[in-house]
Amino acid sequence: MHHEITFPTDEAAVRALHAGDTVTIQGEIVGIRDATQIRIFDHGQEPPFSLRGAALLHTAPNVRKLADGSYEPMCIGTTTSARMSRFTEGLIRDHGARAIMGKGGLLPEALEPLREHGGVYLAIVGGAAALETTQIEAIEQVEWEDLMPECLWRFRVRDFGPLIVGMDSHGESLYENVQVEARRRLDESIYARL
Amino acid sequence: MSTIESTDLAVAVEDAAAHLYVWALKDIPQDLRDALRDAMGRETHKVGKRILETINTNVSVADEQGNLVCQDTGIAVFYARVGERFPLHPAQIEIALREGTRRATLEHPLRSNTVHTLTRKATGDNTGHRIPHIHWEFVPDWDGLDVKCVPKGSGSENMSFLKMLVPADGVKAIKRFVLDSIVGAGGKPCPPGIVGVGVGGSADLAMHLAKEAIARPVGTQNDDPDVAALETDLFALLNDTGVGPMGLGGDTTVLAVHVEQAHTHITLNPVAVNYQCWAARRASAHISAAGAIEYDREA
Repeated sequence: MHHEITFPTDEAAVRALHAGDTVTIQGEIVGIRDATQIRIFDHGQEPPFSLRGAALLHTAPNVRKLADGSYEPMCIGTTTSARMSRFTEGLIRDHGARAIMGKGGLLPEALEPLREHGGVYLAIVGGAAALETTQIEAIEQVEWEDLMPECLWRFRVRDFGPLIVGMDSHGESLYENVQVEARRRLDESIYARL
Repeated sequence: MSTIESTDLAVAVEDAAAHLYVWALKDIPQDLRDALRDAMGRETHKVGKRILETINTNVSVADEQGNLVCQDTGIAVFYARVGERFPLHPAQIEIALREGTRRATLEHPLRSNTVHTLTRKATGDNTGHRIPHIHWEFVPDWDGLDVKCVPKGSGSENMSFLKMLVPADGVKAIKRFVLDSIVGAGGKPCPPGIVGVGVGGSADLAMHLAKEAIARPVGTQNDDPDVAALETDLFALLNDTGVGPMGLGGDTTVLAVHVEQAHTHITLNPVAVNYQCWAARRASAHISAAGAIEYDREA
């Protein structure tokens, strides 16, 4: 099933999503990466703008700074999410974010906080940065510029996607399903053919 | 006998390196484009097909916009084949490749990824201590230089695996290790890509060979028939796992499996896996002793 969602959004909108569904996003999304989340959670600094209802994107964009101090997108892509899994509970429970977007999936430990507090993991097609950049209409706000390029970014997007619901708020993960099936195939037939 | 000054030749090599780095990031090779299109046509899994369609669209958008295919400009890896009569010494070739990388990064500009491993302090120009890394091959009775640039992203490089198997484990254990590595990596290295496998040598040589393997064009086979047979077997086995594009399920888990072999110690059986993502960027140039540069999309 396909969903079009405008972010920021509420819990009901992400509870309606199920693993395997596709999503296109309108509105605003927020870029974060390792250093951004280390500052929020390990150094206890409050983000300069609210993450309530937000869709968060794991990114460190290539940008150009213009004369007026604003930034122009050059190439915006998505990084591997697994290494940032431990921040999931804090992002959803304490900061009210509703979607985490990245590639490769969060670790299985993230499924429970997504279920309990109402969040989803949306998989983007990793490496498809040229396309992703065309879906970013503007860089609206940049905070914590000292962390460049791992700042806190606010992007305005149009038709952002396709995104695939990789981990939903009902305890299901496509990544886990694929791993279980691959292990079954290895054990039941592939290893016997070596 | 060429009369070219070595400084001019150094400039030619630097120019080639700068061009190759940017070109590789924007315009992926034809063999890879063909493999991605074929995979899209064959894929029967709905999500997998959608992902492959998006990947192919992205390649076209990069062409149209002159943008990078993927934002991860990686670490530049160079493969230099140096003829014994090429007039520029490898010490100078190394400086030129490094300068070219630096210049491309600052002039384009490209995102710099290079940091000191312990302090994490960024250098800002994609060069650093021992970076870019250069693979060398020296060719007797030749006066040319071939340079290939492979910008290697971190998502795939993080999915690198080494195991010192024992001889009694045989080829069967090599296959099992590759299968377990790729299934375990799941969607993290941006499948479907090129699986590079190095067998033999020593621990360091096995991984070095795996890195040579990922730089080969899709569709090439190892000259050694036993090694080529292992490539064919692994390709079929890996695509039966169902990991699929971006690890979300499908028929296409890998586009190619390339294996490189070195002889080894009688009591060793090393195997190394180095993954290259679907955006398997690669660009080559041939440089003559007179400094003429010929760019090559196939090599």
